[in-house]
Amino acid sequence: MDKFVVLDGLVAPLDRANVDTDAIIPKQFLKSINRSGFGPFAFDEWRYMDVGQPGQDCTNRPLNPQFSLNQPQFKGASVLLTRQNFGCGSSREHAPWALLDYGFRAIIAESFADIFFNNCFKNGILPIVLPTQVVDKLFSETLATPGYRLIVDLPNQVVRTPGGEAIPFDVDAFRKECLINGWDDIGLTLRHADAIHAYEERRRHEQPWLFAK
Amino acid sequence: MAKTLYDKLWENHLVRQEDDGTALIYIDRHLVHEVTSPQAFEGLRMANRKAWRIESVVATADHNTPTDGWEKAEGTACIDDEISRLQVDTLDKNIRANGALAYFPFKDVRQGIVHVVGPEQGATLPGMTVVCGDSHTSTHGAFAALAFGIGTSEVEHVLATQTLVSKKSKSMLIRVEGPLGKGVGAKDIVLAIIGKIGTAGGTGYAIEFAGSAIRGLSMEGRMTICNMAIEAGARAGMVAVDDTTINYVRGRPFAPKGSGSGSDWDKAVAYWRTLHTDEGAQFDKVVELDARAITPQVTWGTSPEMVIGIKDMIPDPAKEQDPVKREGMERALAYMGLNPNTPIAGVPVDKVFIGSCTNSRIEDLRQAAAIVRGRSVAANVKLALVVPGSGLVKRQAEEEGLDKIFKAAGFEWREPGCSMCLGMNADRLSPGERCASTSNRNFEGRQGPMGRTHLVSPIMAAAAAVAGRFVDVREVL
Repeated sequence: MDKFVVLDGLVAPLDRANVDTDAIIPKQFLKSINRSGFGPFAFDEWRYMDVGQPGQDCTNRPLNPQFSLNQPQFKGASVLLTRQNFGCGSSREHAPWALLDYGFRAIIAESFADIFFNNCFKNGILPIVLPTQVVDKLFSETLATPGYRLIVDLPNQVVRTPGGEAIPFDVDAFRKECLINGWDDIGLTLRHADAIHAYEERRRHEQPWLFAK
Repeated sequence: MAKTLYDKLWENHLVRQEDDGTALIYIDRHLVHEVTSPQAFEGLRMANRKAWRIESVVATADHNTPTDGWEKAEGTACIDDEISRLQVDTLDKNIRANGALAYFPFKDVRQGIVHVVGPEQGATLPGMTVVCGDSHTSTHGAFAALAFGIGTSEVEHVLATQTLVSKKSKSMLIRVEGPLGKGVGAKDIVLAIIGKIGTAGGTGYAIEFAGSAIRGLSMEGRMTICNMAIEAGARAGMVAVDDTTINYVRGRPFAPKGSGSGSDWDKAVAYWRTLHTDEGAQFDKVVELDARAITPQVTWGTSPEMVIGIKDMIPDPAKEQDPVKREGMERALAYMGLNPNTPIAGVPVDKVFIGSCTNSRIEDLRQAAAIVRGRSVAANVKLALVVPGSGLVKRQAEEEGLDKIFKAAGFEWREPGCSMCLGMNADRLSPGERCASTSNRNFEGRQGPMGRTHLVSPIMAAAAAVAGRFVDVREVL
């Protein structure tokens, strides 16, 4: 996993609540057995005027001009600004894979769905929860200022605006450490292999039916 | 100290815990399907790691599998879509290389939707932690198990360590009291709950469903309720153990064996009897519903919280104060091709889907068949599909003659799988088509690009198929 320390990124707005993971990456792309290559199909049904197929070359597909991410000033964005309950629905990790492959490393929203939120951290994406009035303000500034960028400073847990404002955010200490160091948490967990074995032995004795073959 | 059911399940699976609450919890049962596992097995292979306890795995293919044309060719050769076939074959290869407690490959009579198969086989037991790379894993909470969906990185983590890194959720009690009206069932209860608390109402919570209306449900009904906990935002939903739970589990292939004191079965039952919330235990939030007030539900929009009773009018965005919500409603109405302040009853349907991990079990099929018996699918309905949840559900239904009832009415009787719930196989909606569906998500494009999904109970779907439009099932019972 790539480290996440400080990100200075262009902001793209997606002004919708309850964006579900079916919208982030539609079903037909879940047939892939790889982790990469989902970026061109992120938000496929909103982004294009036709229906995408896995493996397709997207360079000449008709774009939906109404979709905010298609507007030229948001090209190359790495910070996604959106509304409440982002990432609800299916647990598909293809959703964060698609957003990462598209170029997003941070997502700012009023709230996230639990499974999606968790999946982001496993892929080096930082989901940031901010209060509605702050998100409203960021939306107006993004729309009013061409080339609007934010600096996401994870070690200090602040989002810095071009106007010099420092907006604090919360992040779980363990997840923060994993992101900053780019740690693979399987390796971290296996440091506790003895504790897992001990637990397992106790359970095997107390609840043998769980271990019947 | 008095504990909630969730407290007990959590504490029982705690391997270790940091001071900040970050915990390592042990996973008893790992359900695996073809869509969210290939990258996890690949990751394990790349890191040169071995599965920690592969006997915790129960695997089956369900999302990509076709529901017809099985006889065309041997094995997976009948799957026309090459990419789908590769994914099903990859699961096969991974399970054969790594092993499993049980594997029900494509076309095995025990194959089916993983959330139907687990309980049916007794592979889901009370007191277990159950995970799967699938958000509807909450289904298994009906057995007083702590069951929740995970992403593919976590699938790999469970394969490699038999644990997950997690923090304890907040707890919510949803109590549904009172008798249910005629024609109202588990699906209506859970849709009404989602309508009340919203699709993010349960975010950050583990929900326990309780009250006389829940106690009165069969295990299949309780599975329908817990299945859609995720649609209320909660990763896990659960119901306490009672006689209904124990009677369901008894005798299933992977249930504990023996009888008499000292047997695994008796020891297990003694433990299972403790899996309930203690008197006086505190929840972070309590929600109450009066079962008598619940009517047959129909969703009108593109989120499960956009739901009304069959007698109700489609809501008017103009009356919504919150601008983000109002815009969401306007977009949903435009997408669904519906007008505010008009009745939902009478809206014509193009397709009907009876199936999915929410509603494809034998009781669902029996109830739908009882409505269909002696009637015909309306002429305007292009396709009415029944997709049993597993090969065993299908066989049981055929032994009871339900297939004949559906076929005589003009339904197609298909092979098991996830099918049109998400349309990864060939079963899907065409743009603009309207579907009465017993599935769990009415998101834009869920059942096919530009398709319009209305979530209903099996009997409401059956009644819509016969009438060709949404009708109050209570009038045809």
